[in-house]
Amino acid sequence: MSDHESTYVPKTGIEKWLDSRLPIVRFGADYMSLPTPKNLNYWWTFGGILALCLVVQIATGIILAMHYVPNTELAFASVERIMRDVNGGDIIRYTHANGASMFFIAVYLHMLRGLYYGSYKAPREMIWIVGCVIFFLMIATAFLGYVLPWGQMSFWGAEVITNLIGAIPLVGEPILIWLRGGPAIDNATLNRFFSLHYLLPFVIAGCVVLHLWALHHAGQNNPVGILIPKDRTAKDTVPFHPYFTVKDGFAIVLFLILFAIFVFFMPNALGHADNYIPANPLQTPAHIVPEWYMLPFYAILRAIPDKFLGVVAMFSAIGVLFILPWLDTSKVRSMRYRPAMRTFFVIFVLVGIGLGWCGAQLPDSPVVPGMPSFQLADGMLNSYLWLNRLLTFYYFLFFIVLMPLVGLRETPRPIPATISEPVLPGGGDAMTSAAPASPEKKG
Amino acid sequence: MNGAPQGDAANRSGDESVAADQGDPNNKDPNRRDFIHIAAGAAAVGAGAMAAWPLVNSMNPAADTLALSTIEFDLTKVQQGQQVVIKWQGKPVFVRYRTPAEIERARADDHAGLKDPATDADRVKPGHQQYLVVLGSCTHLGCVPTFGAGDFGGWFCPCHGSHYDTSGRIRKGPAPKNLVVPTYDYVSDTRVKIG
Repeated sequence: MSDHESTYVPKTGIEKWLDSRLPIVRFGADYMSLPTPKNLNYWWTFGGILALCLVVQIATGIILAMHYVPNTELAFASVERIMRDVNGGDIIRYTHANGASMFFIAVYLHMLRGLYYGSYKAPREMIWIVGCVIFFLMIATAFLGYVLPWGQMSFWGAEVITNLIGAIPLVGEPILIWLRGGPAIDNATLNRFFSLHYLLPFVIAGCVVLHLWALHHAGQNNPVGILIPKDRTAKDTVPFHPYFTVKDGFAIVLFLILFAIFVFFMPNALGHADNYIPANPLQTPAHIVPEWYMLPFYAILRAIPDKFLGVVAMFSAIGVLFILPWLDTSKVRSMRYRPAMRTFFVIFVLVGIGLGWCGAQLPDSPVVPGMPSFQLADGMLNSYLWLNRLLTFYYFLFFIVLMPLVGLRETPRPIPATISEPVLPGGGDAMTSAAPASPEKKG
Repeated sequence: MNGAPQGDAANRSGDESVAADQGDPNNKDPNRRDFIHIAAGAAAVGAGAMAAWPLVNSMNPAADTLALSTIEFDLTKVQQGQQVVIKWQGKPVFVRYRTPAEIERARADDHAGLKDPATDADRVKPGHQQYLVVLGSCTHLGCVPTFGAGDFGGWFCPCHGSHYDTSGRIRKGPAPKNLVVPTYDYVSDTRVKIG
């Protein structure tokens, strides 16, 4: 799949002139004609969707920065001015705010796709690791951006999250003061958060280039999970354009419909009402919650009774993703052929959703109201605290125990020799062959 | 080397050792070229760090931010049984005029198995035990605790459920430390200077 022969032939004089000096048209043409596994399903369209999300966020963000004022006295009012007075400002801001949520919906599905089909396994470890870096940068960018409107949730979210750094023994406090630029969250903090919020998307864009470079060097994974042998390239791949530009394009249209429903009909559904109250450093909102896409990690933080260890657990939840390629001992990539692991994967997805749900609840409230309960250690058993701990336990169990253990002990189903075999009689070699494909391998 | 021009002969003897230790790939000992590479690399790293430091340091609190570090407060503004919240260095400070019953309760618990042991007398100024001055910032994650709530009559943090007593000491919940007593002094009987 990688290093395929260039088929670009410059036609006009100016193309020939350019091609011998800066072969940028050749680069684009080769990119569009990349041999792509012909069995990619719709779970493979989120890469293109994510590229679009990044472009939307950068484009709307640059416009918003022209109207926004990063000053504690003026920030909230400048955002309200964008909403009320700037031409089309409300739509631009709603697109940016909901765009962050859409970005995370797409990235979570993209990551789960990679997890299910084993896209992180050799020879694609670097694609996955660069992807984890992008995910981490996305979380940082989203957090910084949420602070900028300088509402109550902005301010207190920043207070709570920066305080996490203060939990580091010895150096935590000086780092905290350095990060905030003063003894408390104030104008210096807002200014630098704005600066970094503008910077990080371009760092993400740089990482996307590395992500694609690694992808096109190692070659794309596919739902069957096998590497396509060199001599099968002609049979098992199709050029990226027009086959996957069309497929990605259709998925993008569907995704934009979802995006538009949020922007035009329920723009505040994913936000928090308290962020329309100007920041007040002397009064905490009754219930501080992060944006929905951070909730699973916030839940993991709160599951641990110790402040510092809670922070360690939260960062480990992301950190464990980086070593996933070496935790998984299975020789089979796609979970399509790993029935045991597939069950654990479905539980993992449910646990992730459950952690998000727990992150939004008060730890002490009962999970089942009215059910009799008893005190277990530091909380009632029938409380979100204990449900949260149970789910956090499974989150880490999945990566640290199940990934190495199941890979060693399971018996995977037989893997087809080619990606054509499960769907075409005779593996797509000869349509006259009478041998039927095994029904259990149908995807 | 055999056919080397005569003109080079004078230099050749001087270069021989250099040529020998640079030319042999099996020679593991650092040679003079390695030394130059290491020295140049170290100088570049050092220069980079020295150039980066002012940029990093500029993110520390600026002079005008530090200049806002003291504030005076008139204690006659707070009534017995109440607290006044003032803003100091961007953070809330609680000035609480405690009732005799609240002081009594705090003193009674001085040795009640505290998470962050401190006596009530340590947390106020001698002769002014009715006034408790603490930072209004929960030592867990920095929320502002609610006055008069919680199991110990002091403060209750709504964010993650920490209970503080009438001396501002942590009694229950995830917070690790007592509410911080800032540096302050009485400039007169009714005025304090915080910071």
